Amino acid sequence: MDQSVSAAELDALRLSLEVAARSVAISLPLALLAAWLLTRARFPGRMLLDAFVHLPLVLPPVAVGYALLLLFGVHGPLGAWLRREFGIALPFTTAGAALATAVMTFPLMVRAIRLSLENVDRGLEEAARTLGARALDRFVSVTLPLMLPGILAGAVTAFAAGLGEFGAVITFGANIPGVTRTLPLALYTAMQSPGGDALALRLAVLSFALGLGGLLAAELLVRRVRRFLGR
Amino acid sequence: MGTLHVSVSKRWPGFALQAEFAAPVPGVVALFGRSGSGKTTLVNIISGLLAPDAGEVRLDDAVLTDTRARIAVPPERRRIGYVFQDARLFPHLTVAGNLRYGARRALCPAAIGFEEVTALLGLAPLLGRRPRQLSGGERQRVSLGRALLSQPRLLLLDEPLASLDAARREEVLPYLESLRDQLAIPMVYVSHQFEEVLRLATHLVLVDGGRVPAHGTVNEMSLRPELTSIIGTELAGAVVEGVVTRLDPALGTAELAVGRGTLQVSLSGVDPGARVRLQLLARDVILATQPVQGLSVRNALAGTVIAIEDDGRGAVLVRCDVGGAVVLARITTGARQALKLRRGDAVWALVKAVSTRGHAFRIAPAR
Repeated sequence: MDQSVSAAELDALRLSLEVAARSVAISLPLALLAAWLLTRARFPGRMLLDAFVHLPLVLPPVAVGYALLLLFGVHGPLGAWLRREFGIALPFTTAGAALATAVMTFPLMVRAIRLSLENVDRGLEEAARTLGARALDRFVSVTLPLMLPGILAGAVTAFAAGLGEFGAVITFGANIPGVTRTLPLALYTAMQSPGGDALALRLAVLSFALGLGGLLAAELLVRRVRRFLGR
Repeated sequence: MGTLHVSVSKRWPGFALQAEFAAPVPGVVALFGRSGSGKTTLVNIISGLLAPDAGEVRLDDAVLTDTRARIAVPPERRRIGYVFQDARLFPHLTVAGNLRYGARRALCPAAIGFEEVTALLGLAPLLGRRPRQLSGGERQRVSLGRALLSQPRLLLLDEPLASLDAARREEVLPYLESLRDQLAIPMVYVSHQFEEVLRLATHLVLVDGGRVPAHGTVNEMSLRPELTSIIGTELAGAVVEGVVTRLDPALGTAELAVGRGTLQVSLSGVDPGARVRLQLLARDVILATQPVQGLSVRNALAGTVIAIEDDGRGAVLVRCDVGGAVVLARITTGARQALKLRRGDAVWALVKAVSTRGHAFRIAPAR
């Protein structure tokens, strides 16, 4: 009994880490693009994009998961296309859980990256320009390194938040042991099971520890990078 | 000998720039004017970072901006180095990394190498440091080196010394002089300190209220009322250039051949034969209508009055030809009446050896 409990815990932990890591991998490039568009680009509909990016912050996570089901379900427009072209189905898979987590943590990441981009001294980009650096070169050699603290902070915060995403994951991914049953889902399941109190407590403590550790790690990382960048 | 030709206009609510000048290069073209007169705007237009509403910028045969022909070479392809007032070193790179940034992206084969720049600007001990570990003067030297290594055909310096104290300024100025004298890179030097202009400039462009009221050699400009209206009558005075003919190290004086006469000045640290430039402040020049004796004044330059201008505040500015050079003397209207000074009168301009402004400025040998 004890043995199997520990295996379920480990499974949930491993799955949470995997889902969170994959969600960061999905959202990081898109968050960079969104932050750049919202900070530097001038185009009609910018405010709408801004609101859209922040939507997961204010929507019920279940609504986000449901919207994902509609979009990526077998008969959804994106789901049908993915299945036809690549043979990929996202609902009720680990990849799907990662996608749902990515959508939920997206605003966190965009906010952190956007803040760091706003703080980049445009004068340094101008200097790079006079030294012969073209647009993409300038972005990679000057802007991106100066944004690094914000990008890392955003990624680590999103990762920590992603470990605990519940509503969107259970809606889009269901609660399948070993596939989508991450820490919070395992915790919820344990709470619902007779005699699962001890397990629930351990899982809750684990969640607290992971969250706290993640936030501390983010802060330390950002400090180190800042020092490295000479701030 | 080439030319930097600038003829541009740019309008904002409340400020309009309309400037035109052509300056010989290589050399140091000084853009001189008060804060807010439009100097930085002008430099930004030359660099390409700012587009003019209309006009053109040409360096020799190369058209950099021509609004009528719809030419606007982007800054990254202009090959114009820019040393900003605040240095703008990349904080995430070391000094060496900053220096190599422009070198790596240079658009033409290196005319000046890493070793040469490092030696010229004394950067060797700084290479491993981060910008935040540098003093203000060191930062500007690195910024200068970084711009040079991008192999520019023109170097823009926007008040590179403005944020430095006097000591740091003295630390950077000799490097600027050696750049001017050893490299044939044309420079545009923005300043609101006339001392820097005196020391560095080969061509002076006056900038006032978004316009260029006059431009020419420093000597010519020193006689112009447009300059006086920028620096004020207290600092007005003819700039003369001369060759050191004799040195008296014991007394700390030197004799200069100026025009057809000689001038004794307090000056040390120069070699005989060196060309120096100095300003004789108009308020320190005394006029006599006959030779004088028994005075402590070391210099009496015989000359002729060529113009008298009333400054409207109880004084007149007398312009005297002292044999190939012109000096300005500012005397009261009363003194002028007492001397009955008129155009064409013979006068002796008396100049104290110590009253040349600051110290004499070594200038480049004539090209």
